[in-house]
Amino acid sequence: MSSSLRWTGLAPPDQRPPRRTRKVVSLQLTLPVAILTIVFLTTGRATSADRAGASKGTLEAKIAYCQDCHGALGQGYRGYYPIPRIAGQQTEYFENQLRAYVEHRRRNNIMFNVARVLSPSMRAALAGKFRAFNPRPLADGPRGLVARGEQIFQSGVPESNIAACAACHGPDATGSEQIPRLAGQLYPYVVRVLANWSKERGQNPANPDTSIIMKPVAHSLTRPQIEAVAAYVNHLR
Amino acid sequence: MKPTSLKMTVLATIFYASSAWTGHAESLAIQNCNWCHGASAQGYAPAPRLAGQSDKYIENQLISFSNHTRDNPFSRLYMWGAAANLSPQVAHYLAAYFSTVPPKAADDGFRDLVAIGAAIYQDGIPDANIVSCVACHGPNAEGAAEIPRLGGLSYYYLKRRLEQWGEGFNAAAKFPMPQIASRLSPDQIEALASYLSFVN
Repeated sequence: MSSSLRWTGLAPPDQRPPRRTRKVVSLQLTLPVAILTIVFLTTGRATSADRAGASKGTLEAKIAYCQDCHGALGQGYRGYYPIPRIAGQQTEYFENQLRAYVEHRRRNNIMFNVARVLSPSMRAALAGKFRAFNPRPLADGPRGLVARGEQIFQSGVPESNIAACAACHGPDATGSEQIPRLAGQLYPYVVRVLANWSKERGQNPANPDTSIIMKPVAHSLTRPQIEAVAAYVNHLR
Repeated sequence: MKPTSLKMTVLATIFYASSAWTGHAESLAIQNCNWCHGASAQGYAPAPRLAGQSDKYIENQLISFSNHTRDNPFSRLYMWGAAANLSPQVAHYLAAYFSTVPPKAADDGFRDLVAIGAAIYQDGIPDANIVSCVACHGPNAEGAAEIPRLGGLSYYYLKRRLEQWGEGFNAAAKFPMPQIASRLSPDQIEALASYLSFVN
């Protein structure tokens, strides 16, 4: 038996040195060390998307890509779906929406795919770029509703407990910080968004966002009121 | 009488009675179209299907043929002549008529590329800055307003049209299709064209 075992390098049991008890490495240390290792490996290292966001050529290509749908000056376009105006949009709102698509707080398959490859620096660059555009509004909404829309926008609907839109969005509907610009926005887009607020926004109940502020407003507005407001902001420069 | 024949008869009568037309060619307007585009306007290579196409789109194409804006080779060879004598009113009637003919899908693409084409069509390729076609052309490639219906057009027609933008030919609309299509690779074009040829 021992001759057949010799070639394995194993000495017979009685000739082996006494087994030293191995010091058991503390599991309490292993886990945090592993976590820290992973964290250090993945942060602070520019991903290819970040590197891409930094280059001018890549930014220009990405802007052209946005323009394909949103228009050469970001004025929006009536495709099969109404594609909103992003020209002159508040940068904080712009970036928040792109994050919202990725985090599934806002539901839209097309924009989810657009946003999921954008680095934070690219998002900021695009927001700044489209903020600077100022094309004429498409003004495609029914003009007959504008007067009623102006009344709702500037004074609200007190009997329905709806505040004046101007209170947050500004009297000229240009918004501020997280509150979006509405001036010049496409009529069918505003109608659809207000009428379908809870189907599209605030989709992640574990991560409620500022869209929750608009939820009672959107729900309280009647369809004719929505159309009137949409028609009003649609014509604003 | 079948609805199609009835419509043709009504339109032919309108054309005869119309004082706006200029020559004898318009009396056979629809028959002239059918020579190349097929008896029920379903297309006959290289002429695309007109049946079920957006009326505004057809009208814009006819205008672009007559003013030579659209200049891809087959348009130059055939459609410039065909549209040369069309008055705007007749162009409008023709477009309205063809948009009402029920379309049939060509089903002539490569089946094994359909899944790839569908993914490009629905989701785009954000890393390559290729937009999702759905935003403008609709979830079933049905089009809207002046945006054409792509669903069920012939693979060969779609393939050539997508390639032609990259080759520098002009279409009726200057934006955004030239920019979009120029970014597509040959493989992506074949996949898209295959997928769309089967869409009903």
